[in-house]
Order: sequence, then C-alpha cells, then structure tokens
Amino acid sequence: MSIPRTLRAIGAVLFLAFGTAATALAATTPAPAPGVNDTCLMCHADKDAKGATGKSIAVDGAKFAASVHGASTLKCTDCHTDVAADKIPHADQLKPVNCAACHDKAAKEYAGTVHGTARKGGNTVAANCTDCHGTHDILRSKDPASRTNHANIEATCSKCHGSDTMAATGKLPGGNIGGKFHDSIHGQALKGAAQGSAPTCTNCHGAHSIQPKANEASRTSRARVPETCGACHKPERDAFMNGMHGKLRQDGVLAAPGCTDCHSAHGIQQHDTPKFQTEVIKECGTCHADYLATYRDTFHGQVTALGYSRMATCASCHGAHDVLPASNPASMVSKQNRLKTCQACHAGASENFASFDPHASKHDKARNPLYYYAAKFMEFLLFGVFAFFGVHTVFWLYRELREKFAPGRGTGKERH
Amino acid sequence: MAIAMGSPAGAAAGGGAGAAQRYYRRFTAIERVLHAGLMLSFVGCALSGLPLIFADRPWAATLARILGGFEGAGLIHRICAAVMIVVFGSHVLMVFGKAIAGGRLMKILWGPDSMVPQLQDGIDIYRNFLWFIGHGPRPQFDRWTYWEKFDYWAVFWGMLIIGGSGLLLWFPVFFSRLLPGWMFNIAALVHGEEALLAVGFIFTFHFFNGHLRPEKFPMDTVVFTGRISEHELKGERAVQYERMVREGRLDAELAPPPTEESKWFGWVVGGGALLLGILAIVLIVYSFF
Repeated sequence: MSIPRTLRAIGAVLFLAFGTAATALAATTPAPAPGVNDTCLMCHADKDAKGATGKSIAVDGAKFAASVHGASTLKCTDCHTDVAADKIPHADQLKPVNCAACHDKAAKEYAGTVHGTARKGGNTVAANCTDCHGTHDILRSKDPASRTNHANIEATCSKCHGSDTMAATGKLPGGNIGGKFHDSIHGQALKGAAQGSAPTCTNCHGAHSIQPKANEASRTSRARVPETCGACHKPERDAFMNGMHGKLRQDGVLAAPGCTDCHSAHGIQQHDTPKFQTEVIKECGTCHADYLATYRDTFHGQVTALGYSRMATCASCHGAHDVLPASNPASMVSKQNRLKTCQACHAGASENFASFDPHASKHDKARNPLYYYAAKFMEFLLFGVFAFFGVHTVFWLYRELREKFAPGRGTGKERH
Repeated sequence: MAIAMGSPAGAAAGGGAGAAQRYYRRFTAIERVLHAGLMLSFVGCALSGLPLIFADRPWAATLARILGGFEGAGLIHRICAAVMIVVFGSHVLMVFGKAIAGGRLMKILWGPDSMVPQLQDGIDIYRNFLWFIGHGPRPQFDRWTYWEKFDYWAVFWGMLIIGGSGLLLWFPVFFSRLLPGWMFNIAALVHGEEALLAVGFIFTFHFFNGHLRPEKFPMDTVVFTGRISEHELKGERAVQYERMVREGRLDAELAPPPTEESKWFGWVVGGGALLLGILAIVLIVYSFF
C-alpha cells in the first residue's frame, strides 16, 4: 500500500466535504449522488488494495459504473449496508452482502436449489449469487459479456463443474462434466452458428430452480428427462412416447430407458457417427442381454463389434425412439413389416430371406432346433478332431524328441 | 540328368552327404501350384475372417484395420475364397479327367496311390501309436500316410461346408429364393465353426506333421520343390520305395534336384505362411484366456 490508510481516510473526508459543497452549488439536476461511491473509491480504486486478511479489496470503478447496479445508480453502501460514508475508515470485517434485500424472489428460489441447500448444509464451495453473477461487475443476462449470458453460462458453470479439483472438494455429482459437455454435440453447437438455439447448462437444469436429479421435481429427474429434452426435440419425444419404452414410462416404469440412457446426458454425440452407432448397441444390451449375445453371433453383430456401422445395429431393425415389440403390427419387426425392414438394406430380399432368425440361439432347442443340433454337431466335430490330433501330436513329439536326444533306447531304431 | 545317371555307389550311400543325393518326384508342377494357391488363399481367408469370429477382442479390430477395415477385409476374403474354389475345382476336374481319360479310375479310387482311406491306414495309426509309446518299431509308409489323407479329405469336407455356406452368405438374396431362412442361420454358424476347425487344424497339426516336428523342423519344402530325397523316401516311405523297386519304376521316377527358385519360394512364401499361421494360432489361443 503506497499511502497509509489513515492518510487516505483523511483525504476522503476532505474530498467528501468539498465534494458535498460543490454538488450543493451545482445541484441543478436531480443527479445521482456520486459522492458516496467516489469516496469509497478513494481507497478501493487502488488495484493493489488489500484488506486486513490480505484479500484484495480493489474495485474497478469503471466496471461498476457499467454494471447493472452501477447503471441504476446504486451506492456502495446500498449493498454494503454496514458502511456509512461519513464514518470512515469502516470496520475491518464487513458483513456479507445480502442480495435478498432487493432480490427476495430470486433468493427464495435459490435457497431451494441444490446449491442453496448444499450451502445451508455446510458446503462452503457450493455456488451462491456472486459465484454465477459476479460482484461489482454484474451485467444483465442479455448482455453478451455477462457471466449469465447464454454464450457464457457453460464457462460460468464449468468454473466448478469443469474443474477436477472442485469436482473432488465439492463432491460434485458426475465429477468433471464440463469437459464432457464441451465436446458434446450441444457444447460444440454453442460455438457455432446455432449458438443462440443450442442448449447450455441452464436450459436443462434451470438456474434458480436447479435441483438434483434424484429430486422428482427436477427437470433432469428420470421421470422428467423426456419432457426436458422434448422441449427442443419434439418429434423424437413424440416418437418415444409412442414407442414401447415411452409407454412403459407412462405406466410408471421408470426403469425403462429415457433419452439419457442411450444418448448420455452431458456427453451427447452426433447420432450418425460410427462411434455412437456401434457404442449404443451396448446400451440396448444393458437390459436385453440375451438379444445382444445372439446378435453378436451374427455377421451384423460381429462387424459392428469391430466398430464399423455399415451393418445393421439394433435400431436398424427395431427403430430407435419408437421401438415396438414384434407382436405389435406397427413394429418394424412385426410379421407384416419384417420383409420391408430387411429390404431397406437387402434390395430384392424375399419372404424366405426375412425368415432368417437374426437372434438365433445355439442354446435354445425350442426356438431353433436345427441350429441347435448343427451347433452341437460342430462342437462334437471340433472336440473330436482336436482331441485325436492333440493326443497324436503330443505322443509323436515325445517319441521324436526321445529319438533325437536319447537314441537307442526304446524300440525306435528298428525298421520293418 | 547327371544325377539321374549318377554313380550307384554315391546313391547307395543315401545319407544326404555330398552332391550325389538322389531325388525322386513326389509332386507334379501343377500340384505344387495348386498347393501354393490353396495355401495363400487359405491364409488370406483365415486372417481376413478371424477378426469376425473374435470381434470382441481388441486385436480383432486392429487386424481388421490393417486389412483395410471391414470393406477391405471383406474384399480380401472374397478374392481368396474365389481363388480357393478355383484351385479346388481344378484339382477335382484334373484328377477325374485324367483318371477317366487314362482309364485309371480304379487306381485313384483304391490301392497305394489312392487318397481313399484303406485298411492299411487303420493298421498304420495303430502301429504309429505303438511306436509313439515305445512298443513297436517305427512304421514305414507308402506314398500317402494316414495324416496326409486326413489333410486331403479335410479340404474336401471344408470346401463343402465352408465353401457352400460361404457362397450362401455371399449371395443371400439370390440363394434365399431357393432356400429357407434358417439355412442362413446354419450357414453362418458352420462357416465360422468349420473355419475355426480348419484354421486350428492346419496351423497346428498340419504344421506339426508336415513341418515343425523335430525331424522336419523348421519346414519341409517337398510340397514346394516337388522332390523328395532318396534318404527321406527310404527313411519314411520305405514301403513306397520297395514298391518302386519291385515295379521297376525307380529310375523312371528319378528327378533333378530341387531348383533354387522352388527352394526359395518354399522358404520365403511357405515360411511366411507358416509364420502367419502361427500368429493366427497365438491370437486364437490368447483370445480364449
């Protein structure tokens, strides 16, 4: 600190005295009272100003003036209520600013959010007003430079949710999800031409209404995810609701998959990439394990397992959002539609062709009797050949090694 | 020709020492070409097909990528399959064509020059096992041993099963006009299982019997050169040798020593196939653990 605190305080008092006099003389308009803030800035404008605890107490006067609060001519003391401009220097330790004094509605909302309840529960790193909005430089959300502007929200949330250290100390659910989101289709879209319409964190989670997904009322709860995603993806949501999974959901079966089970939440990828097309098969297998196993026995399943998506995946035959059981005539794999589904790839396929069982099981005698016996026969054949020649080879090797390294013993030398 | 008319004294030594080693013809040029074609197409089919059978192993994706991805490997597989079918078809046509034209049909169906299994093969298996366990002398064989006959017929069986099912899977739309859908389920199953059997057999037992066992290690080039030395003929196929003597064909079957080119082909291309086959076995065995 270049100037002793007391000296600067005296300066401030003098300035205030002259300033008040000057204003009184020039008081032709009901101009704001610049006096108070200017007084504070006498000390706080110093970029290197530090409080008793060593924390910076610097305030950028210009930034404050440009902020939403500065523009509406708030005085420092409107927020820092335990400071009086005529009692300087003020106490070393000030009370935290109470935003609720004005923003009572927002503060009430915040208190019920995952951040608010965490704070109340003693979590000292959970985000509060200033973590998202800033302090002296708060801007309206529609201002492109605002921390809470659509374009900047990802960065604001990622200060905590995109940091490994914060994820660890704050025990943040999902860990470092900022990075995942950044690389996702939504995160990438936020950087492109569609950035205005691409969703950012708050579009799914809300802002002052943000709730843990375990809370049923949360926009990201299992039950409400289809509705949340459907806000933008309406045709997909409608198809999903008409499909078997959506119907189960409507019957209250929350175990039935929703959007995020297949697409993930933060790491959503473009659906037509080979990576997504081949990886999502495993998601189907989470519940339909036996069908995944028999699929992997087919050429379709082998090629996709190698990472190539040109072959039929689950969705190629069953549909994606509107998947229906084969017993439903509207299903892509119903008796009525099966051939057409095959023909989508196999031009000219016949009824015979469509009677191929793409989920034939080697172990299911009732479903595929001939297949079952063919598999048994092959097993027997492989075992027989390998057993006979295995024994044959071991014995032969033994005999030849013995002849080579211990000749004359045994009966090997004699020829007939 | 110098060898063919070489001094009987040198030939009689027969121990492989010196330049006087005699050679007899074992495989004709066309047979050697067919074996080479079969070998190369088999290795090609094996390497391009194995990634599918072991699609869930990390090495499978790597191997598929090396072969040009799913499209590249598929193309290699089909080209090799076509070569194999041509090789097989040529052999069958030639054997029967020659036999019928020459009026020697019975000779290829029965007798010591025939590939058809006979009572003597059963006796040979029994005697060979006796020798293995030290309860008998080393048996001597005629022109074709029982394990060679097994290899030979395995190709017929394999062509029927793998080749047939492979064609079904190659042209499913066409064949499904004639065949029901479950045939394709079975075709896909047996194509893979039989291929695993063929690969597992050729790259272990055929390699051991023909090349890797101590007596032949690291490889026997007879199928590439077409020539068997008198030493080997007498030492392993004494029955054939004695029959040749008895029938007075010994001199007629004499052949010049293996050419450098055929030996080179055997060591480089045959040896390469041997190494690729062993690699395939390592990958398969590794996949089961």
